[in-house]
Amino acid sequence: MTTARIPLLHRYANPAVFGRLASQVLPWTTGAAILLLALGLYFALFSSPPDYQQGNSVRIMYVHVPAAIMSEVVYGMMAAAAAAGIIWKHALADLFVKAAAPLGAAFTFICLVAGSLWGKPMWGAWWVWDARLTSELILFFLYLGYLALVDAFDDPQRGLKAGAILVLVGVVDLPIIKFSVDWWNTLHQPASLMTMAGPKVDPSMLLPLILMIGGFTAFFITVVMLRLESELLARRIRAWRTAAGDE
Amino acid sequence: MTRRGKRRLQALTLGMLGLGVATALALTAFRDNIVFFYSPSDVIADHINPGRSIRLGGMVEKDSVKRQGDVTEFRVTDTSRTIGVTYRGQLPDLFREGQGVVTEGTLSPDGNFIAREVLAKHDEKYMPPEVASALKRAGEQTHATSTLVEKP
Repeated sequence: MTTARIPLLHRYANPAVFGRLASQVLPWTTGAAILLLALGLYFALFSSPPDYQQGNSVRIMYVHVPAAIMSEVVYGMMAAAAAAGIIWKHALADLFVKAAAPLGAAFTFICLVAGSLWGKPMWGAWWVWDARLTSELILFFLYLGYLALVDAFDDPQRGLKAGAILVLVGVVDLPIIKFSVDWWNTLHQPASLMTMAGPKVDPSMLLPLILMIGGFTAFFITVVMLRLESELLARRIRAWRTAAGDE
Repeated sequence: MTRRGKRRLQALTLGMLGLGVATALALTAFRDNIVFFYSPSDVIADHINPGRSIRLGGMVEKDSVKRQGDVTEFRVTDTSRTIGVTYRGQLPDLFREGQGVVTEGTLSPDGNFIAREVLAKHDEKYMPPEVASALKRAGEQTHATSTLVEKP
């Protein structure tokens, strides 16, 4: 392997370089998150039409769908980082998984609760055990399982490794969630955004939805970077403590 | 990449492949238990026993809804087969003719379906009322049927 390909990955996996990058990027992502969420919520709640079937209940979608997308995207990123951590032993990759997990769990929770609040008036049931809802609930349990496992070891390094393996095993749930509505009969409707024929959402409703998705993404990047920085600091404190204790 | 790194990558790839295949096999084996409802064609083709509790899903056939007191009679169709349904109780707001529905209950010996619960199935289209009525005027079908019609 030539040295020209790896350095890029190595460079950003270096905590000091990451710290500099984070301090440059954070103000922008923070601003973008505030702006996009404020604009998105304004359009979602006030400046978009009711749906022809659902009436004003359609507005729940502007929170439910971004949360659902993030619940899957965050898990996918965690799985990629977990694989990188196992293969290349990058400390930063393992710490990213830990930093992102509570956020992913929160997105999944928001998705489930918002969906339930929509389901009662529209379907006539808070919850059904169809493939989409069940697989999303399993994703929530995977997040919770990771959070419990990662702190269950005296040696944090072992916790990170065990957690990374759990995250990789759970990755089979992602295609199941995504394609559950196509593979089986479900009560949940099929995809509206990412379809072969283009979005089945009217432009007037697509605008607030895309603003909210952008806002959720910027929020995630901001908070995950902050959490990653504090994880790095916590690790440094631990290292100093052990060094001091050894003397 | 170091040699050990390469070995870890290979092991991981193999592990994920095995996991994927195992999951795919399990899902295929339990296919009948994962579906949330049967279509009228499934119910007729599988000769489901009267008295067994199942979910029947499809579209509420146009002009088939009859209400007498709190008893509602309607027909559920997947465009190729149709089953009559009797239901006593309150219907969800989205229950409409031409719209998707999932009912839970049992088949009676005469082939009619006695529903204990009726859930409305919403389609994947989102639009304001004006757009929907404009589409209707233009003669386009606004209610999605694609997901309820028998898959080829």
